[in-house]
Amino acid sequence: MADFSAIAGSLTKGFPLEKHKAKSENRDFSIFTKGGGRKSFSEVFMKWVFTVCGLSAVAAVGAITLYVIISGAPAAFKIGLKDMLFNTVWAPSAAEPSYGIAYIILTSVLGTAAAVILGVPIGLLTAVFLSEVAGKKTAAAVKPAVELLAGIPSIVYGLLGLLIINPLMYKLELLIFANSATHRFTGGANMLAAIIVLAIMILPTVINVSETSLRAVPNDLRAASLALGATKVQTIFKVTIPAAKTGIITAIVLGVGRAVGEAMAIILVSGNSVNAPLPFNSVRFLTTGIVSEMSYSSGLHRQALFTIGLVLFAFIMIINIVINKIIKGGGENGK
Amino acid sequence: MENNSIMNGKKRIKDTILLCLIYISALFAVGLLAGIVIYVFIRGIGAISPAFLTTVQSPSRGTFGILGNIVNTLYIIVVTLIIATPIGIGAAVYLTEYAKPGKIVSLIEFTTQTLSGIPSIIYGLFGMVFFGTVIHLGFSILCGCLTLAVMVLPIIISTTQSALKTVPLSYRTGALGIGATKWYMIRTVILPSAMPGIVTSVILSIGRIVGESAALLFTAGSAYILPKSLFGHIFNAGGSLTIQMYLSMSKADYTNAFGIALVLICIVLLINFLTKVITQKGTQKR
Repeated sequence: MADFSAIAGSLTKGFPLEKHKAKSENRDFSIFTKGGGRKSFSEVFMKWVFTVCGLSAVAAVGAITLYVIISGAPAAFKIGLKDMLFNTVWAPSAAEPSYGIAYIILTSVLGTAAAVILGVPIGLLTAVFLSEVAGKKTAAAVKPAVELLAGIPSIVYGLLGLLIINPLMYKLELLIFANSATHRFTGGANMLAAIIVLAIMILPTVINVSETSLRAVPNDLRAASLALGATKVQTIFKVTIPAAKTGIITAIVLGVGRAVGEAMAIILVSGNSVNAPLPFNSVRFLTTGIVSEMSYSSGLHRQALFTIGLVLFAFIMIINIVINKIIKGGGENGK
Repeated sequence: MENNSIMNGKKRIKDTILLCLIYISALFAVGLLAGIVIYVFIRGIGAISPAFLTTVQSPSRGTFGILGNIVNTLYIIVVTLIIATPIGIGAAVYLTEYAKPGKIVSLIEFTTQTLSGIPSIIYGLFGMVFFGTVIHLGFSILCGCLTLAVMVLPIIISTTQSALKTVPLSYRTGALGIGATKWYMIRTVILPSAMPGIVTSVILSIGRIVGESAALLFTAGSAYILPKSLFGHIFNAGGSLTIQMYLSMSKADYTNAFGIALVLICIVLLINFLTKVITQKGTQKR
């Protein structure tokens, strides 16, 4: 009995796999294999293989964090973190280069916020339609459409934004700034166009996650509300949606994550020059800043781009931790 | 009858407005999709021809074709899946069959969720630095595949994990009860029963790989030549369909960009259809 279990024990040392003390509440099948006969080599070997596979995700996140920091930190120290984050002038190829990314960060933050404000109500109401209003057949017809919307590559959204939304924006621009002497015309490639594309891109995420959480609301709640005399719409907005709050918040945060990280859909749509994030300015996001200059940058300029990556990564990690907190909190409340 | 009773069947204005908004939103979402698909179809169908699909572009002759990019995309799909599928399934098996609930499991679940939240551009940067520079793969299909393998790992882990969880407990007790060892039980009972879920995870990954562009731009490069040797090709640079589409867009070559977009949307449609068929088969069995 001892031989191979001992090896397994030493191989997995540091991970409390072999400790059978903690009896689990939900899914522990170890009781079936515990005790009795001796474990063959293949048993122990496979357990080891599966453990390594299991830790691959941890290793991947560790490696990504490590390398994003290693490649992003040097520029932040050389230029000075304050000079980067609070300076608005981005001119890496000028005679006296300046690496201010304040406008780039602001663009990403405001652009994402605006896209979420536009996209979430539409997404949430569509989710309500799918789970509460539509009949089974209608829902079965609409659902695949939403799934397809999620599967369309981001670059295709970019192409459509470039050829449909940008001309519209240009017309709007001509109308609004007809008599302005100071406005620099962007040909429609501006912040507003990028916001519209992002709002459309977060729709499937918001719809899918909100719908799942709305469907998870027990029917008793709806029945009770209706029995008390509330109308269907009152039930939806005063009972079902508040009950599905956690899932809907998760949907919104996931939408924020998708909007912050999107690059290829907005790179050609947003105009891509560093300006203050105003609706009709040509702007640059954190993501598009990296893509557009990485291919020809070198030296400190390239390191500065990695610092932009680091800033983006910091945003994403914050969002992930928030989601994790919400899901955990929701799970506890739910029980 | 009083005013505020449901008995008089009066429609509230607020209710009607909200209901209208709900219908408008749903119509908007469906209309959007229909609009996108129809628009891409109309603009793209003109570009599609036998030559478009079966030749490689030649700037000197001024012809355009996407065969090289199709081949590269297939290479990227196959190699990425060869790397990611075993690891992902292994991780899912570890989480459902071996691990005890505790710190390690919650750490693995948190990191899996984090991986699925990391944007592709960060994967691109990481792949370029780690696989490209540190491991010296440079701009190559293999470098892109390793990067994408990390990216699709969470999809495979979470889909397989939920498939494994639906395998009834009685299968396990039955197998172990008649004397099967754990690995034998996983190999012969658990994994075959979870097969539809595993196949779904692979198809979902293919969807993600086909649509990916930002993570490939700095890792796999943008070459479009046909492979000279079957295995040697993974060390060459190779642009996928999405990358070629981006390049065409930047050159304002919109006709060909729409042609590629149409091809991509057809692939996505096919993938969604396959996923549907497999999940339905899977649920019918039970």
